Amino acid sequence: MRVALMVTCINDALYPSTGQAVVRLLRRLGVEVDFPQAQTCCGQPMVNTGYLDEAVPVVRTFVDAFAGYDAVVTPSGSCAGSARHQHSIVARRSGDQALENAVAEVAPKVYELSEFLVDVLGVTDVGAYFPHRVTYHPTCHSLRMLGVGDRPRRLLEAVHGIRLVDLPGADQCCGFGGTFAVKNADTSVAMGADKARHIRETGAEIVVAGDNSCLTHIGGMLSRQRSGVRTVHLAEILASTEAGSIEETLR
Amino acid sequence: MSGTFVGMPAFPTAAREALADSQLRHNLAHATGTIRAKRAKVVAEVEDWEGLRLAGAAAKERALLDLDTQLVRLEETLTANGATVHWARDAAEANAIVASIAKAHAAEEVIKVKSMVTQEIGLNEALAAEGIAAWETDLAELIVQLGDDLPSHILVPAIHRNRAEIREIFRTKMAAAGRPAPADLTDEPVVLAAAARAHLREKFLRAKVGVSGANFAVAETGTLVVVESEGNGRMCLTLPEVLVSVVGIEKVVSRWEDLDPLLRLLPRSSTGERMNPYTSTWSGIHAQEEGPNDGPQEVHVVLLDNGRTRALADEVGRQALRCIRCSACLNVCPVYERTGGHAYGSVYPGPIGAILNPLLKGVGHDDQIDSLPYASSLCGACFEVCPVRIDIPSVLVDQRAQVVDAHRGGVPKPEAVAMKGAAYVLGRSRRLSALERLTGLGMSFARRFGPSAWIGARDLPEAPGESFRAWWQRTNGGRKDDA
Repeated sequence: MRVALMVTCINDALYPSTGQAVVRLLRRLGVEVDFPQAQTCCGQPMVNTGYLDEAVPVVRTFVDAFAGYDAVVTPSGSCAGSARHQHSIVARRSGDQALENAVAEVAPKVYELSEFLVDVLGVTDVGAYFPHRVTYHPTCHSLRMLGVGDRPRRLLEAVHGIRLVDLPGADQCCGFGGTFAVKNADTSVAMGADKARHIRETGAEIVVAGDNSCLTHIGGMLSRQRSGVRTVHLAEILASTEAGSIEETLR
Repeated sequence: MSGTFVGMPAFPTAAREALADSQLRHNLAHATGTIRAKRAKVVAEVEDWEGLRLAGAAAKERALLDLDTQLVRLEETLTANGATVHWARDAAEANAIVASIAKAHAAEEVIKVKSMVTQEIGLNEALAAEGIAAWETDLAELIVQLGDDLPSHILVPAIHRNRAEIREIFRTKMAAAGRPAPADLTDEPVVLAAAARAHLREKFLRAKVGVSGANFAVAETGTLVVVESEGNGRMCLTLPEVLVSVVGIEKVVSRWEDLDPLLRLLPRSSTGERMNPYTSTWSGIHAQEEGPNDGPQEVHVVLLDNGRTRALADEVGRQALRCIRCSACLNVCPVYERTGGHAYGSVYPGPIGAILNPLLKGVGHDDQIDSLPYASSLCGACFEVCPVRIDIPSVLVDQRAQVVDAHRGGVPKPEAVAMKGAAYVLGRSRRLSALERLTGLGMSFARRFGPSAWIGARDLPEAPGESFRAWWQRTNGGRKDDA
């Protein structure tokens, strides 16, 4: 099986440790991933802001980069959702039948990390060790666009040493929403304030999610509040072992 | 209702003001939280809720895709039942029709069933301009009307008010509108309801003209349906001599049995009840074989377009016309829960309002309307609860594209320039790679001088030493320095 890593633009530029965690985790599970160098972004920032024409070259680059793989794994529910549900809209807009065909070929092969682990590899205990008090925030697109259900939770529950605590109002949006976070900054921050309050109520030291975009917003609020709670991507917890956390072993 | 949404600012500005209202935030969080839990409980009781949603959506869709035929059929059946059918292209035409009917009966007042469509067209204000008082008889609408306020929710228009505020409105405003509130009025719900009941009873017994909307209009039988909880609707529909119903053309369903899934979906989705207390149906004039006819002696139906054919022409957005006004999407919306309904600048607030207003009015000519498709984080909670499966997030994204397209060609906004730049950089990985080498510099700049919209309340993350891409190349995918 030829597997490609779609690291996502935000992880590439700001959270390389998340991408490194996916590589390390999958290697541990016997899967060697390729990193197609031509990849850039899924185009979601443009699509969700209304700039469909501007998304066309980005989607074209996406399908060119990932054509021919059996599976494309990404540590982002939102970017997986964009590829699976929005690329066809962009392709139709382009009027380019070849692009439409290419999207139809690639889109169904895109998996969010927890889907790939549970559905394709058939594992829930990935041999991780993470001795911390953690609360899990299910991100909206993973939950409602992809329907990952309880897969991330099952993966987390199987992590050795973890103390997983329930997050009140877990399925309510954190308020990030892409450009919503700046176009409607006041509302976004009001939503984030409630999410941060719920996280603090759990007494967790770490909040985990499957999307670093949401975690940038949540973490930005928790950091500004000097709350002493930090954000960690799901991949980094799953990649951590008794030999050390991903930050310790890769840097 | 004497207030109006005309001239409301764009959503971000209106929301900012609403977010600062601590009483509003508290009232909304409590009310939406309560009704969300009620809905979830009664929906979970239904064995095949998804099947019911599909049936409800199909019933509405079938009529919408055959609307020209169904409307003519409705006109025929209504007319055969003794009703007079009027056609109104827009709000002004509909208001003029209702006013002329009231005037023909020398009515100086009308009593109203709670109705979204008459608020959409500003009927109360139009009638007031003709010297006709329009009295709201739904409890929450009465609160809004007496308080000189605007509705903030489709189902519970006074959701932004708590009972202490309602007591104050009744105490100070009821006397000017009719029977005053009793001197010993408290803020107990039962006491407030009794005061409203006594106040309204006089109006029910006096009015010669009733005005309603309709939840559904059945083309097959020429029947209008009103679903309500308080019995005030039943009073308005049966006591006055003349009944005028303003009905949006999207309310038509083709067959009587189409009501089956819809009447099961609506109460569970809206009030969180298994069944609503009052369902009234009437088919024109109820003729009796002997003696005077039962109920209204004269029945009018105003079929209103007001942007609905425009919406129907929108291939993605037309599904919004399936809406049965349950307001489940408002109650689950994290944006609505915090801003309330007024920020949307329309009688249709929340997620459905964010798509319906642009569909009815068109985009590209009003900043307030153009701001609505962006008043969502696209979390998808609305689609999940919608009883007729309106994919609101997809419609929002499509409308954002329509807004952007409507503004193409002029002087580009900074956002458009940024998106063009992003498209250039993200179109080729080596351009992105070149830009990423500046990430550290860019982030440290952004952390200090970034847009206040972000850094005003949120820290930005520290930039990493190198991008993932650079790491992969340097370490051959982690094989060189990975233990």
